[in-house]
Amino acid sequence: MARALIEALNLEVHYGGITAVKGISFAVEEGELVCLIGANGAGKTSTLKALARMIPSSGEIHYRDDRLDRLPSHALIGKGLALVPEGRGIFTRLTVAENLAMGAYHRNDKGEIGADLERIYAMLPRLAERRDQVAGTLSGGEQQMLAIGRALMGRPQLLLLDEPSMGLAPLMVDKIFEVIRTVAAQGVTILLVEQNARLALQTCTRGYVMESGRITLADTSAHLLADPRVRAAYLGE
Amino acid sequence: MDILLQQIINGLTTGSVYAIVALGYTMVYGVIQLINFAHGEVVMIGAMVAFSVIMAVVGMGLPLPPVVIVLGGVLAAIPVCMAIGYLLERVAYRPLRHAPRLAPLITAIGMSIVLQHLALLIWGRDPRAFPQIMENTSHAIGGAAISSVQIAIILLSVAMMAGLTWFVYRTKFGIAIRATAEDVRVAALMGVDANRVIAVTFVIAAALGAVAGVMVGTYYGIAHYTMGFILGLKAFSAAVLGGIGNLAGAMLGGILLGLVEALGAGYIGEFTDLCQWPVARDLLAERCMADGHVVLFGSNYQDVFAFLVLILVLVFRPSGLLGERVSERA
Ligand SMILES: Nc1ncnc2c1ncn2[C@@H]1O[C@H](COP(=O)(O)OP(=O)(O)OP(=O)(O)O)[C@@H](O)[C@H]1O
Ligand SMILES: [Mg+2]
Repeated sequence: MARALIEALNLEVHYGGITAVKGISFAVEEGELVCLIGANGAGKTSTLKALARMIPSSGEIHYRDDRLDRLPSHALIGKGLALVPEGRGIFTRLTVAENLAMGAYHRNDKGEIGADLERIYAMLPRLAERRDQVAGTLSGGEQQMLAIGRALMGRPQLLLLDEPSMGLAPLMVDKIFEVIRTVAAQGVTILLVEQNARLALQTCTRGYVMESGRITLADTSAHLLADPRVRAAYLGE
Repeated sequence: MDILLQQIINGLTTGSVYAIVALGYTMVYGVIQLINFAHGEVVMIGAMVAFSVIMAVVGMGLPLPPVVIVLGGVLAAIPVCMAIGYLLERVAYRPLRHAPRLAPLITAIGMSIVLQHLALLIWGRDPRAFPQIMENTSHAIGGAAISSVQIAIILLSVAMMAGLTWFVYRTKFGIAIRATAEDVRVAALMGVDANRVIAVTFVIAAALGAVAGVMVGTYYGIAHYTMGFILGLKAFSAAVLGGIGNLAGAMLGGILLGLVEALGAGYIGEFTDLCQWPVARDLLAERCMADGHVVLFGSNYQDVFAFLVLILVLVFRPSGLLGERVSERA
C-alpha cells in the first residue's frame, strides 16, 4: 500500500463548549479520490477547515513529511494543499482574472502560470468569456467553477473540496463533477465532502461516513453504496 | 478678483491633501476595519521631521536649491513615518486583532495621544514656522491666482493617487491586499500572509501621510504638535464622505471636502451678513448704516464645514458617496 499523502490522527475540533469533531482518524493516499459524506452538522466542514488550518484543532495531521497542525494556513498551498471552501469563498469584488491570479499567488514561475491560466480557461470556457467581469456577478455555478479553477491555479497535489454541488441545478452539478473527475485523472489527490452521497460515492473510489463528529463507516464506494445503513440514511431508500 | 475661482483653487489644494490623508484611513479600514485615529499624528510627525531637516540644512547654509531642501525633508519624513506606522500596527493593534472592536479603537485614540506628547517633548509647545525658502511665485489664471506651492501640492497628490491606484489594482501584492480586505481566511488559503499585508498597508498609509504632512507644513508655513488632530478628523470625515474602505471614495471625498470648506469659508461671511437680509437690516439699521456689515459667522468658521459634512453624511448616507454597504461595525 502506498504511503498516505495526508493522515489525520485523533483529530478534534471544539467550538466553545461544542465538540464538532470527536477524535477522528483517516488517511488519503496519493492519487486517490476519496469522499467524506454525512448529514448536516456532522462535522465535515470542520474537518476540512482543521486540515487547512483555518480553525484550531487537536490531534496530529501528517502530510508527507510535515505536521500540518504546526503550520499556519498560509503556508499550506506552498506544500501543495488547496481547499475550495464551503460556499465557494470567491473574492466577489475582484474580477475573474484577479481571482485566478490569487490562486497562483504563491508561485513565481510567471510563464508557467500563464500556461496554466490558458489550460483552465480551456477547461472552463465560461470563465474565459467572463475574465474581466467582477466575480460577485457570476452565477452560482460559475462561481463554483471559479473557486475550483482558482484552487487549480495553485497547482495543488491535494485538493480538498467542500460541497461543490451545493445549491446548484442538476446540469451544473454534472458539469462540476465532470471537472472533478478530469482533475483527478490528471493525478491530483482529492478529498471530497458532499451531501449528495450517491453522486459522491459514484465518483470516488473510497468513502468515509461521518455522523455527529465521528467516522462511523469507512469502505470502498461499492460496498458503501450496497450497505443497508448507508442506503437508508443517505441514499433515501 | 474672481472669488469663486480663487476659492476653487484653494479648495483643490487643501482637498488634495485631505484626499492623501483620507487614503491612509480608508486603506487601513478596508483591510482590518479599524479607524486608525493615530493617523493624523503620523501626518503631524511627517511635518515635524521635515521641519527639523529643512531647518538643519538651511542652518548649515549649504547652497542647495530650495526644492532640493524640501525634497530632503520629504525623504527624511517618509521612512520615519513608515517606521511609526509599522510600530503602531505591530505593537498596539496586532495584539488586539481578535479583541472586541472597542479595544483597538480606544487604543488608537491612546496612540494618538502618545504620539502628540512625544512630538511635544521633541519639538516643544510653540508652533514651528517653516523657513520660507521656496520662492512662492504667483501665477494669474482667469482673475485668480495660483501659487507654485499650490501647483506642486496638486500635482504631487495626483501623482500619488495614480501611483497608489496602480499598485492596488495592477500589482500582485495590491490584488492580495484587496483579497485580504474581502476575506482574510480565504486569502490565507492562497498563501497570503495576512500579517504581512496588514503591515504593508499601515506602512503605505504612513508614507502617504508623511508626504501630506510636509505639504501642509509648506502650504501653511507652520507645524504644531496638535495639528494632526483637526487635520486627521477632517480627512477621516472625507473618507466617510466618500465611503470608508473605498479608495476612489477617499480621493473624491477629500477633494469635495476641500472645495466645500473653501467655498464655505469664502461665502459664509457674505451670506451671514445680516445687513443684506430684509428684516434684520431694519432691526439693525443703525449699525448697518455705520459699518455697512454685521457678519454673524466669518471665514474663521471654516473648520465647521468638515464636521457639518460628516454629520450630514452619517445621517443621510452612512455608506458614503461610493460605499456599497452600510457597515454595522463600530
Ligand atoms: N463557528 C462555529 N461556532 C460554533 N459552532 C459551530 C461553528 N461551526 C460549526 N459549528 C457546529 O459544529 C458542528 C459541525 O459543523 P460543520 O459545519 O462542520 O458540519 P457539516 O458536516 O459541514 O454540515 P453541513 O453539511 O451542514 O455543511 C455543527 O453542530 C455546527 O453547529
Ligand atoms: Mg459543511
